[in-house]
Amino acid sequence: MLRSPKLLLATAGAFALSGCQFDVLSPQGWVAGQERNLLVIATLLMLIVIVPVLFMAVYFPLRYRADRPDSTDYDPTFTHSNKLEVVVWGVPILIILALGAVTWIYTHRLDPYRDLSALNAGTPIEVEAVSLDWKWLFIYPELGVASVNELAIPAGRPVNFRISSSTVMNTLSIPALGGMVYAMAGMETQLHLIADNPGTFAGRSAHYSGPGFSQMTFDTRAMSDDDFNAWVAAAKASPEALTRDTYLALERPTIAEPVRHYGSVEDGLFARIVGLCVEAGKVCVGDMMMQDKMGGGGLNGIANAPAYDYDRARAIDGFGNPLDLPAPEPMAFHEAFLTNPDLICGTGRTEAAIHVN
Amino acid sequence: MSTEVANAGEVISPIFGRLTLDWIPYHEPILIGTFAGVALGGLAVLALMTYFRLWMPLWRDWVTSVDHKKIGIMYMVLGFIMMVRGFADALMMRAQQAMAAGGATGYLPPHHFDQVFTAHGVIMIFFVAMAFVTGIMNYVMPAQIGARDVAFPFLNNFSFWMTVAGALLVNISLFVGEFGRVGWLAFPPLSGAAYSTGPGMDYYLWSLQIAGVGTTLSGINLIATILKMRAPGMKLMDMSVFTWTTLCTNVLIVAAFPVLTASLALLTLDRYLGTHFFTNDFGGNAMMYINLIWIWGHPEVYILIIPCFGIFSEIVATFSGKPLFGYKAMVYATACIMVLSFVVWLHHFFTMGSGANVNTFFGITTMIISVPTGVKIFNWLFTMYKGQVRLEVPMLWTIGFLVTFTIGGMTGVLLAVPPVDFQLHNTLFLIAHFHNVIIGGVVFAVYAAVSYWWPKAFGFKLDDRLGKATFWFWFIGFWFAFMPLYALGLMGVTRRMNSYADAAWQPYFIVAAFGALLILCGILCTFANFGYSILNRKKLACGPDPWNGRTLEWAMQSPPAPYNFPQEIHVRGRDEFWRMKQEGFTWAESYAPIHMPKNTATGVLLAAFALAFGFAMVWYIWWLAGLAFLAMIAIGIGHTFNYNRDYFIPATTVAATEAKGATA
Repeated sequence: MLRSPKLLLATAGAFALSGCQFDVLSPQGWVAGQERNLLVIATLLMLIVIVPVLFMAVYFPLRYRADRPDSTDYDPTFTHSNKLEVVVWGVPILIILALGAVTWIYTHRLDPYRDLSALNAGTPIEVEAVSLDWKWLFIYPELGVASVNELAIPAGRPVNFRISSSTVMNTLSIPALGGMVYAMAGMETQLHLIADNPGTFAGRSAHYSGPGFSQMTFDTRAMSDDDFNAWVAAAKASPEALTRDTYLALERPTIAEPVRHYGSVEDGLFARIVGLCVEAGKVCVGDMMMQDKMGGGGLNGIANAPAYDYDRARAIDGFGNPLDLPAPEPMAFHEAFLTNPDLICGTGRTEAAIHVN
Repeated sequence: MSTEVANAGEVISPIFGRLTLDWIPYHEPILIGTFAGVALGGLAVLALMTYFRLWMPLWRDWVTSVDHKKIGIMYMVLGFIMMVRGFADALMMRAQQAMAAGGATGYLPPHHFDQVFTAHGVIMIFFVAMAFVTGIMNYVMPAQIGARDVAFPFLNNFSFWMTVAGALLVNISLFVGEFGRVGWLAFPPLSGAAYSTGPGMDYYLWSLQIAGVGTTLSGINLIATILKMRAPGMKLMDMSVFTWTTLCTNVLIVAAFPVLTASLALLTLDRYLGTHFFTNDFGGNAMMYINLIWIWGHPEVYILIIPCFGIFSEIVATFSGKPLFGYKAMVYATACIMVLSFVVWLHHFFTMGSGANVNTFFGITTMIISVPTGVKIFNWLFTMYKGQVRLEVPMLWTIGFLVTFTIGGMTGVLLAVPPVDFQLHNTLFLIAHFHNVIIGGVVFAVYAAVSYWWPKAFGFKLDDRLGKATFWFWFIGFWFAFMPLYALGLMGVTRRMNSYADAAWQPYFIVAAFGALLILCGILCTFANFGYSILNRKKLACGPDPWNGRTLEWAMQSPPAPYNFPQEIHVRGRDEFWRMKQEGFTWAESYAPIHMPKNTATGVLLAAFALAFGFAMVWYIWWLAGLAFLAMIAIGIGHTFNYNRDYFIPATTVAATEAKGATA
């Protein structure tokens, strides 16, 4: 058992040297390494049953051909065998038991939400990753810098990602470092990765997201601490500042956006991005939920709809051009409710409390 | 970026809705060429049909027919036609990805490419695989249980035409407007009102809703048929395994398709009425849609594959000259798979950030499905063991399936391990995996079934050499087309990419494109085979039981009489026809009149109005939508007053038909 994984790894290494980057098989970080090992273990476990099946699938029809010279072993009554039944149910069950146990252990060990403190690999670095149409924004909250379509990280130190999206679903994927997690608007997900050594690794969105999806790629540059500090210093020197206003400009759909750095980042920007309330006059998702929990705005709250409106302002046509969809005309029944709330509910509600950002 | 006519200020005309001349893609050479081809081909067919005066027979004998055999054949025709369309999409994608490396953009801009991959997935699943599987179940199952037709013959005709209406709506989108650019499951928010403007996404919704009506009704119909219409004496455990798998699949259809209908309906409300089920704002949640659609979507893949397991079970037993090994295990394994298919859906989105316990649960339930599936494979192997294996064309497909599907199953279990899936999710490894099981499982099974039951349906065999050529082109083509995708997946290459910067990937894409060309040869051989065999049908003619079959459908004439069996068969156990043959069975000389359902045009009329309704909804032509909807209701109610639904085939006609069949 121990020899064959090594053999398989060697084969994988040979592939990696052939000029193509088999990122999944030649991991550059602990997480990806564990995932690769699991891939190999699972494959070997299954080969225990796959190899005999493949052999029998080819051997039986040839061995028992109807035109074989000696067909005395033809036995049409052989249609049931308790012994074989035990084997064909038992062996796969045993393999799945083993694989299930391995899965339990590894799924907990490699939970993307679990931080990598167990590796004792130094202070983690925080990165807030936002998928925009169609580019990646990486905010370094502790360092006060941000970059577009370039992820710089210090090699050998864990990276704690917090991930969200401005519009549609995407996936933050850096195969050489480990698995991916969805980026979803109005929600925050987490991912923990580490690069063992300096190097440049491909990163992309692995979830189709519209016209500019194919060019939504970035380089992940893992650097030595010195190089990383130099990169941060250079970014800090950038005159551009990432504020709520510049974020809203950046958020407009573009394709194949060049790398760009921001020398400063407005405090709390990522929280506002997750809350869909970067724009002035919008209610953050968390506040909206609180209001709903307290009973909502009632009929009077209908007038507040523009403070919750988000998607319409980001509408695009089939080529990715922004569209200015007109605000929906107030519907007659809304009007009726607003002028006379007693119409249906019987009691007029007090003016809905609204917390506008 | 180019611009599109869909825009904020678009005017909704009271007569044409939002349909304007700008939506006819006359500036796209690919589409114009396709349209010219389709139009010329269509005209040629129309002219030939008029010349040979085939309109009346087509209407009388096929379009309005409630005969399960004819409806089954029409489903197969629909499947093959739509396979040509879906495969053309596949070739376009392979060509684009083989070209668009290292800065090259290829020949398809994203706007077109994204429609192509969406259409490919939708068509191949809903209108090719589903049509094939439903067609085979329709044709074979009633005959295997000794019935004369399905339980609700009119409903069967209606279901088929609703499927056709859905398929037509998808194809209309090719020349009028556009199709969705969302991937085959149309995840919001991308498929919502803000991020998918234009009619493409609406074509997706309405074509699937219309076809879904047909699928659900057909599911109910076939369950009722199996439960109520079996020949006297046939217990559930006497049914052939194909009938068992048909039962399980239709239970899945009835349980799962309403979920699809509901989730698409909610998305439709989002798009048409401005509700917020799946939007980002106003508390909508896109993950809700993704959960719902996969609660349908995972059973759906078993809906496709379970009848295929049945097909292989029939073929392997017949061509090994033995009863199926481990019949009971086979039945229980199928039932296990049916139940388990409902508790694994989350494995399609392990990467959404759910906790380790949730991921582990769904990972392990997924792996458990491989146990009954593995048992099935062993049972097919042990059926061949100590048998007399005849390597005819259906058997070649079966062996090809065993080899291919086993590999696909292994990569499937790999993807079921959550941390492995974190790496391979949405990569070409996944694409290779599901093509591995769908081509290796469903497509191979359909080809096996067509070559196996063709002599039953038409009275002559398909040509052997062309059949073998078809198999080898498909088999080798499959490996060339999808093994490179496994490799690319291990490099981390994502699906649905229109172009890519890394030129090192290009050789793999070129090999995959070569594989697609081999499959093209396989498809051409298929049609050549149909044509050649029809021309040489006298030479290829065979009796009613050319393969030495074991189940009741081989007791019918080839091609079968409308009433299937001239007399009731009293079933005493499994493989009844085998026993009948050994006892030297012949039909009794005296025949009784046979009660049969009458043809009706209601099904095709209803479907025509459903198509008009769908088209009108896509283009906001509200008056037409309203009229078409009212017409459907009126015709539906009107049909309930039709009391002229059945007739008797006189005993003399039965006797004459049987006498003719005996000499044929």
